[in-house]
Amino acid sequence: MQKEEIIEKVNEFLIDEFELEEDQVKPDALLKDDLEIESLDFVDIAVAIEKEFGFKVVGEEMVDVRTLDNLYDYIQKKVNQ
Amino acid sequence: MTKRVVVTGIGVYSVLGKNLEAVLDSLYHGKSGIGFDPERKEMGFRSGLTGIIERPILKGVLPRRMRIGLAEQGEYAYVSTKEALDYAGIDEDYFLKNDVGILFGNDSSTIPVIEAIDGVREKKDTTLLGSGSIFQSMNSTVTMNLSVIFKLRGVNITISAACASGAHAIGLGHHFIKHGMQEMIICGGAQEVNAYSMGSFDGLSAFSIREDEPTKASRPFDAGRDGLVPSGGAATVILEEYESAKKRGAPILAEVLGYGFSSDGNHISVPNMEGPTKALSMAIKDSKVNVNDVDYINPHATSTPVGDANEAKALHNIFGTNKKVKISATKSMTGHEMWMGGASEIIYSILMMKNDFIAPSLNFETPDEFSAKLNIIPKTTSAKINLVVSNSFGFGGTNSSLVIRKM
Repeated sequence: MQKEEIIEKVNEFLIDEFELEEDQVKPDALLKDDLEIESLDFVDIAVAIEKEFGFKVVGEEMVDVRTLDNLYDYIQKKVNQ
Repeated sequence: MTKRVVVTGIGVYSVLGKNLEAVLDSLYHGKSGIGFDPERKEMGFRSGLTGIIERPILKGVLPRRMRIGLAEQGEYAYVSTKEALDYAGIDEDYFLKNDVGILFGNDSSTIPVIEAIDGVREKKDTTLLGSGSIFQSMNSTVTMNLSVIFKLRGVNITISAACASGAHAIGLGHHFIKHGMQEMIICGGAQEVNAYSMGSFDGLSAFSIREDEPTKASRPFDAGRDGLVPSGGAATVILEEYESAKKRGAPILAEVLGYGFSSDGNHISVPNMEGPTKALSMAIKDSKVNVNDVDYINPHATSTPVGDANEAKALHNIFGTNKKVKISATKSMTGHEMWMGGASEIIYSILMMKNDFIAPSLNFETPDEFSAKLNIIPKTTSAKINLVVSNSFGFGGTNSSLVIRKM
């Protein structure tokens, strides 16, 4: 899967479900500090990833995911495994 | 030295209307909120009758994190509580400077529980239930969510007492304030309205099957009654210490004079006469009023054959000497609002009090031998109401009686 496709799906989810503004959704945005995504929200992100990309998120693998770009890369790595 | 407890705000989201104004109009015009739900028949229900209500749309009203933990009845409770707080003139700043509590009646949250169990069975991965499931599933869902949404820092407890939950919430709130432990408490009751939550109750053959005439199905005290109609929504009553209300210049709608409670100590589903009589006597004594001064009684009266007969006997026992007291069962219009009913019926009573009328006890056409001894009002009637008694009873024989006075 190409990164552009992943970016499109993730951003659409964040704008629709998390009610973020389009201009907030930038690759270098920090998930916690800029987008105010908290620990409970990561549960819903895991649900969305399973639905959209078909794999189960392992919490430990997400510890280095700090920016939106990290999240795109993490998903790309997992779907292409 | 005990404190006086007054009502400074009310809000309601019910089958009679989505706000106070709409509900007042339905009460005055005797407009029933009961209908027929064909889905229930497809599911094997004995009765397809239910209160009819729409879920509020809160997207754009509350942020996602605040919405995601709200179950159906929590959404109703948010709307009724917002209306009550606006009525009372309370904003977010007040909650920052004062410890306000919440005591709300709720005794089920069926759909989120079913969805969580189905989800675990199907997915074999608990993470996939999402972050809102647990906060929707617990009985305390309403208080846990509203206390966060409104940033409350006082007492925070859900009252689960079957169909008397909302009434006991107000009674206990009355005690917290009366004894100086809190100055303001958001009290109320919330009740989900969906088929899944009512299947096991329907299975007891407790519901009316007058399906060809839904608006005639709930007929408290009438000789032809054949069971209750399940219903729901949410109702919020802001209780406040009198001096605090006066100092704020708040609208003072009524005073909660007394609260009586008891347990039948008998059958799990069949009410008796002694338990309600005890709760009524305690409420009258606590209020320091004379039974002959009571103007209006909002009875529990769900339209079941045994329940209404025993309540009629209890009411006659206590109020037999009072020739002026009028009785009207608002459940004839709403159906049985269960966990919410004790709170909503205080609001219906206050609306009647403030607008000088008694709403009709719909479908009271033929009295039975017990209700014949009571002054039941079948049509909208003009009346000055100063003193009100409201009864709520529930499974396990839990009983509540509240006494309120016009201010």
